[in-house]
Amino acid sequence: MTWALDHLGEIMSRAGQHAWLAGVPLVLGLLIALPLGWLAARQPRLRAVLLTSTGLLYTIPSLALFILLPPLLGTKILDPVNVIVAMTVYTVALLTRTVADGLSSVDGSTRQAAVAMGYGSFARFRAVDLPLAVPVIAAGLRVAAVSNVSIVSVASLIGISQLGYFLTDGYARSFPTEVWVGIVACLLLALVFDLVIQVVSRFLTPWTRAVAT
Amino acid sequence: MSLSLIWGWFTDPANWQGTDGVPNRVLEHLFYTGLTLLIALVIAVPLGAWVGHSGRLRWLVTGANAARAIPTLGLLFAVSMFVGPLIKSDLAFVIPSITVLVLLAIPPLLSGTYAGIDSVEPAARDAARGMGMTGWQVLSKVEAPCALPLFLSSLRSATLQVIATATIAASVSLGGLGRYLIDGLASRDYVEMVCGSILVALLALVADGVLAVIEKRAVSPGISGRATRVARSRARNSDPHSEPDSDGADRTDPDPRQAALVGSRSTGPVEATAATGTPSERDRT
Repeated sequence: MTWALDHLGEIMSRAGQHAWLAGVPLVLGLLIALPLGWLAARQPRLRAVLLTSTGLLYTIPSLALFILLPPLLGTKILDPVNVIVAMTVYTVALLTRTVADGLSSVDGSTRQAAVAMGYGSFARFRAVDLPLAVPVIAAGLRVAAVSNVSIVSVASLIGISQLGYFLTDGYARSFPTEVWVGIVACLLLALVFDLVIQVVSRFLTPWTRAVAT
Repeated sequence: MSLSLIWGWFTDPANWQGTDGVPNRVLEHLFYTGLTLLIALVIAVPLGAWVGHSGRLRWLVTGANAARAIPTLGLLFAVSMFVGPLIKSDLAFVIPSITVLVLLAIPPLLSGTYAGIDSVEPAARDAARGMGMTGWQVLSKVEAPCALPLFLSSLRSATLQVIATATIAASVSLGGLGRYLIDGLASRDYVEMVCGSILVALLALVADGVLAVIEKRAVSPGISGRATRVARSRARNSDPHSEPDSDGADRTDPDPRQAALVGSRSTGPVEATAATGTPSERDRT
């Protein structure tokens, strides 16, 4: 505990880096997965192709991906961009399915009502399908956020600065306190991500609250 | 980094023999993965089946899922630091790693088994009871086959998780393909790291492919929807209007009835799995 208090500044700065490396891919991944999921929900054939290919990318273990990306992207191995790209790949793989499932879960009669009211394909997606799919997409984002926070810490093995540093450094120095601080900090960060997504999701779906009260 | 360097590494005979050779590292990796999955299955499947069947102790599943938020690297280091010194033999490096791998494989297997059994339609379960099946028979003859798709997809994700984490476990001195990544890093041999990464990725892809095939083959046709499709196409072929062949009359009589029977039997579980969203099942239905 005293160690954690003494190193609070360092913990906070590394937590900030960790949040950046795990959070940016969540936003980027969602932005990429939305059109992909939309396509997958509309075209059954594309759905199989998209979900299989993103699933294959998800299969590649994280440490291997961190090492394989630099020669593919032309970056240096210590470049944090590798981690951002790798995490975005994983997020897209998780969320494409979730977005497709969320959009398909919209009630058929709701969709027909929207079409009857004169919504075009894109307007309906933006104003009807997407808002109704928010709870499903948010659930997928929560899974992706927790797994991102955990996977980012692996990048400390190749020397990228974030909370995982406390894990590798504590192990190298046989100093358990530091490892525990790293674990707890990662858990807290995952919890923060989870709460933020839940709050945003509730804010975006006021109708679910109206029914509850 | 050129491709010729990678090619050179893979064609160098020195990399294909001895403890540090590719065949041995692949075998080690497969051995750790297999051993871990075996232990995790022995623990998680009976437990998950019991929780799903009896509906008791559901918090176990919720708790196991929440535990997934623990960073794998931290768990690996923490367990190695505490368990490692307690063991005096060469196994000091293997046992902590395998322990962590088992701990990581249990949550997906547990929730997959539980969710599979839990998603069985109550009507199917009641029908089995009504036919006079005992609790054990209901579990083994009705709930287990219906739970198979969800269970197998959880086995797939557990396998990938174990293969990936076994790679990371090289940093706590476990053998396997992760050695190339960690040793290459230590000696700044980037070619070795990249080649090791290629091997790890290939191993994961092949393992996932094999499990995907098993998943397709093992699931009962009545549940996967294959039977409905076969029966439907058979019914279509035997339609006298579309195909007036000589024995058409013989076939039209039994086939639609069979199609209706198989169809009605399979729609329930298909809908149940579709609602819970098994990856492979959703693609097919």
